[in-house]
Amino acid sequence: MSEHTSGTQSRPMTMIQALRSAMDVMLARDENVVIFGQDVGYFGGVFRCTEGLQAKYGKTRVFDAPISEGGIVGAAVGMGAYGLRPVVEIQFADYFYPATDQIVSEAARLRYRSAGEFIAPLTIRMPSGGGIYGGQTHSQSPEALFTHVTGLRTVMPSNPYDAKGLLIAAIECDDPVIFLEPKRLYNGPFDGHHDQPVVPWSKHPLGNVPEGYYAIPLESAAVFRKGADLTVLTYGTMVYVAEVAARETGVDAEIIDLRSLWPLDIDTVVSSVRKTGRCVVLHEATQTSGFGAELATLVQEHCFYHLEAPIERVAGWDTPYPHAHEWAYFPSPTRVGNAFRKVMDESPGRPGSGFAPTSGRGE
Amino acid sequence: MRQTKPLRLHVPEPSGRPGHATDFSYLRLAPAGEARKPALDASVHDTSDLAYTLIRVLDDEGTAVGPWAEPAIDTELLRHGLKSMIKTRIYDARMLIAQRQKKMSFYMLSLGEEAIGTAQILALRKGDMCFPSYRQQDLLIAQGVPLVDMMCQLFSNDKDRLKGRQLPVMYSMRDYGFFSISGNLATQFVQAVGWAMASAIKGDTKIASAWIGDGATAASDFQTALTFAHVYQAPVILNVINNQWAISSFQALAGGEATTFAARGIGTGIVSLRADGNDFLAVHAVSKWAAERARANLGPTLIEWVSYRAGPHSTSDDPSKYRPANDWSRFPLGDPIERLAQHLKQIGAWSAEEHKQVQKEIEAEVVAAQKEAESHGTLANGQASSVATMFEDVYKDMPWHLRRQRQQAGV
Repeated sequence: MSEHTSGTQSRPMTMIQALRSAMDVMLARDENVVIFGQDVGYFGGVFRCTEGLQAKYGKTRVFDAPISEGGIVGAAVGMGAYGLRPVVEIQFADYFYPATDQIVSEAARLRYRSAGEFIAPLTIRMPSGGGIYGGQTHSQSPEALFTHVTGLRTVMPSNPYDAKGLLIAAIECDDPVIFLEPKRLYNGPFDGHHDQPVVPWSKHPLGNVPEGYYAIPLESAAVFRKGADLTVLTYGTMVYVAEVAARETGVDAEIIDLRSLWPLDIDTVVSSVRKTGRCVVLHEATQTSGFGAELATLVQEHCFYHLEAPIERVAGWDTPYPHAHEWAYFPSPTRVGNAFRKVMDESPGRPGSGFAPTSGRGE
Repeated sequence: MRQTKPLRLHVPEPSGRPGHATDFSYLRLAPAGEARKPALDASVHDTSDLAYTLIRVLDDEGTAVGPWAEPAIDTELLRHGLKSMIKTRIYDARMLIAQRQKKMSFYMLSLGEEAIGTAQILALRKGDMCFPSYRQQDLLIAQGVPLVDMMCQLFSNDKDRLKGRQLPVMYSMRDYGFFSISGNLATQFVQAVGWAMASAIKGDTKIASAWIGDGATAASDFQTALTFAHVYQAPVILNVINNQWAISSFQALAGGEATTFAARGIGTGIVSLRADGNDFLAVHAVSKWAAERARANLGPTLIEWVSYRAGPHSTSDDPSKYRPANDWSRFPLGDPIERLAQHLKQIGAWSAEEHKQVQKEIEAEVVAAQKEAESHGTLANGQASSVATMFEDVYKDMPWHLRRQRQQAGV
């Protein structure tokens, strides 16, 4: 599923270790790579993603930054203009807002407005997503605010193997990349069954990560689970929720892990939906004007004559992310499974689908 | 019982409004030669007084006086500086007319502020990078950038290096150490600090020069830049041009009332100076001092340049609606071109005849450049770069959706 360009040994890694390994590899490969952000230096990051890197590469390559997201990204834009390749961290995606001007007006536009005289080859890492009792400001999924911005690339891995390969590709990419890390997946996959113990990445095949260099091309989606009944377009934590929902409903869902949200791998998306004829769009982020709206529109444009049912969206509710009501908010395997059944049951063109002409779309 | 009066919101106002003369006593002025010149490695505490006074070299007679007059600036450099300022002013005047003739959509003059960029760029080295706002065309002109190149950007024609993507005056000239201008205020101030940090990370000897106006100091990136510059002791000159006005807002509304913008630097732990922005000799001497500090790894310097925005904010602005019409003629620091010309005449390196002659020559040079630039098209005649280029450079490589949209656009 991924381009593997290394012959080095693999070993079990968590997503945290895989991300750290990607930064370690790139710090060693390219002396223009620098890493900074709040608590990323001496302390090694509040999620341990940069642990040991300052000790290994020194304070001029990996360093702590003041609590100023606008300053971190703004300084990185300046470093990029000089010729460095900064990898900066915003401690939580929920806190990128003070850097919005620097991301949208500057990093994303610099190449365009200077006709390529200056570029911003930055990678902005941000832990994102919910399912961790993070409340309003430690759970958000702001990807739609980035996918809307021309000039940005938005990427989100769902496992350690992809996390390393995609982060290396992001760092090497000359375009600014927003690299969203689902913190719920840092230590193990999570399918939404919060009452069950978390299985560590060491028990998962995608937790086996090569030690050395490899890159997963941006704009390449992965078919996470092959299926024939419907296509699920998703990314991050929701990949596992979709997988368990398929198991629990018996719907043979083809799960596409987009990995690169925008620009995305349109060919993989279109060929899957044309094959299955049905589509469920799934993300943690709030629904209205969420990235799912763009996905649904693209599917409608490119697959209209192959669709046998309306495209279904499952997303976070259009509310701020709550604390106590975490599991009523987070798209659960049950909600996702219901969407699968709905898309299957309401398919008039499918023999034996159980579609009753009188039932209509309402519930 | 003690009576408590109702609270009242304080909203600063300029003393001068249309029909009422400005009282310029709020400008903390000092006589030429009075402000001292500290050691290059002075600490922030050693310089805090200099953030509340005014470094000036040229006195009212045009004589260079005081510690900042030493070492004396090479006369040829002064003459080049004067000619560059004259060129900037003539260029501005011609481009204003071209805008009125609808050959371009928009223009911004730097009338009255020509000394600041001109003198500083002549104190920097090739390879240093300026992060200008939109009123530093003097940084380019003083370096002898072909005026045709600048004008083609203004006209958005088919020789515009920015391919018609940017509003006029938003130049980008990497080869001349001139960073791409953004419409978003203050963003470049912290980027300059990042560039300077990069130079330090790589063990380079280049420094950065950051530019911001008085109004934009209220933007958060101003404070962010100061914090980062101080924390990492970045080799950067942080220039604040206090021209007293942010469009219609008097500098008091940006936070200048009863304080100085240089004082902001002191509060952040940055060595800060306040200087006469219309005094070419002061600008050059202070810039050189700050550049030497930065290059010697002694850290950043903030400089408030006190000047006056003599022209309208832009071609879309009418200052007579919010300030006195004759304000500039009453501004105590005068006109930078007249003051340097007076000094050069005094030392026998300039004359009224030469001034006239130089003006005539530059006028002809600008007219010829304009003619050539217009031969490549203007906004009015629509001779612009191919529409297909609109989709380029969004990313390094054009993604599928932009290729598709380019097709849909029929280009």
